[in-house]
Amino acid sequence: MTPSEVYERVKSRFPAAVVETVDGAGDAFAVIDPTTIVDVFKFLHDDPETAMDCLSNESGVDYKDRIEVVYHLFSYKHRHGAVLKVKLPRENPSVATAETVWKSANWMEREIFDLLGVNFEGHSDMRRLLMPEDWPGYPLRKDFVEPLEYHGISTVRESPIIRLDAKKK
Amino acid sequence: MSEFSTEEMTLNMGPQHPSTHGVLRFIIRADGEVMREAIPDVGYLHRSIEKIAEKVGYHGFMPYTDRVDYVCAMFTNQGWGMACEKLAGIEVPKRGEYCRVIAAEFNRLASHLLSVGTMAMDIGANTPFTHALREREMINDLIEELCGARLTFNYMRIGGVAWDLPPGYREKALAYLEHLEPILDEYDSLISFNKIYVKRLANIGIISAEEAINFNLVGPNLRASGVKWDIRKDIPYSVYNDFEFEVPVGKGEWGTVGDSMDRYMVRMRELRESCKILRQALTKIPDGAVLAKVPRNFKPPAGECQIRIESGRGDMGWYAVSDGTGYPWRVHVRTGSFAAMGIINKLSRGLMIADLVTLIASLDVIAPEIDR
Repeated sequence: MTPSEVYERVKSRFPAAVVETVDGAGDAFAVIDPTTIVDVFKFLHDDPETAMDCLSNESGVDYKDRIEVVYHLFSYKHRHGAVLKVKLPRENPSVATAETVWKSANWMEREIFDLLGVNFEGHSDMRRLLMPEDWPGYPLRKDFVEPLEYHGISTVRESPIIRLDAKKK
Repeated sequence: MSEFSTEEMTLNMGPQHPSTHGVLRFIIRADGEVMREAIPDVGYLHRSIEKIAEKVGYHGFMPYTDRVDYVCAMFTNQGWGMACEKLAGIEVPKRGEYCRVIAAEFNRLASHLLSVGTMAMDIGANTPFTHALREREMINDLIEELCGARLTFNYMRIGGVAWDLPPGYREKALAYLEHLEPILDEYDSLISFNKIYVKRLANIGIISAEEAINFNLVGPNLRASGVKWDIRKDIPYSVYNDFEFEVPVGKGEWGTVGDSMDRYMVRMRELRESCKILRQALTKIPDGAVLAKVPRNFKPPAGECQIRIESGRGDMGWYAVSDGTGYPWRVHVRTGSFAAMGIINKLSRGLMIADLVTLIASLDVIAPEIDR
């Protein structure tokens, strides 16, 4: 199945779930209503025609006015894939976890929570993954400003070039 | 047994532990020697490479990709190059693709040699490690001739590779392959069929095929569970269609399909397959340019794409979003080690603490690739 056929199949099963499908530059994707995303996942996973047995990639993108969570699904059985997206508000973004369908979502969602601040409802272990527990803010957001110090440790370093220039003067 | 009351201990392992392949930390809840659970704690090598990409532009990001996985940096180079080429619709010249395959397969040999060598060391056999590194040094020499670097190569560019093969390279490379293949048999007789080695690995950390797919395990870890899947063969990229090679899968010769021994055997067999690919690539390589004409001020049209390549640690996914400017809007790398770390907690339950070390080694986890 091509990705657009997969999106048509989702549309015929859940007419309200598919907000839009985009087939422009690059990979085609479908935007799904966040409230129905787990039903769509379960359908794509269980349906023998699609049989998406693998969540190959899950990542988040900050678009300044919204945050998108991107799911790259793949079927080892039929060797086809699909790209699904959910659009979330930047204030307290929250969506149901995909962990109930694919176990691999556990760590990828922890990473998105850590770096973009998206809360995944029903996740079994919603802790930061890469950054320290008490790190302020979400580093991959576009408006993130790095603090000048962390627990008294400076996060900036004087440039050696600036130091050399100062010596010359 | 009930009259002996036991107490659960919480142990810390790492982040600086000689056998954790980088800076990894585990919090182990153990009852005596048997683990109840090993909770991985990562992030010690987090260098925010994905954020750096948003600041340095498309060409400028290439040297940073080396640091995503410094054990097989050719693949991260190639992944980023392919993602940009797909965004902008650039075609790489045929000779450039062949140079990429030659560099990448040499890198796969180096990566797998390091993997099997350190695995032997983690079990307590020190000699095979020095033998494996000896061969890896020669590969480093060959790659150094290509690009001048031994670990962080920065060899590939958007649209091809930076430099053509130097004169006499083909003969040198073929001579090295002649030298390597008998040595692989030597490894087999040294460690692969060694009784102690097999006993430490067989029936440890068994992963079924469904579980491997559900946890998104990739590459040798997935193939060891009996799934015949290789991106080079099944979703061919570059010029891998031109070559004949086998995809080794785990057969459970020594225990159960999907155990640590199978993961080791798959890597040993892949070494031989890589030699096959290299031989064909070195003989078939056409003449021509190695680098397509790519503007210095590279601005791909707005859009997004994901590409998948088969790195030393399996299917590596590069997701890139362009907004039409000279800087990528978002770059995400999904790596093999990241997926493999996610399954360790589950596999560790009921294992001995000493087996955790071999489990990490058999999954071929590289810390910088998890954290990026």
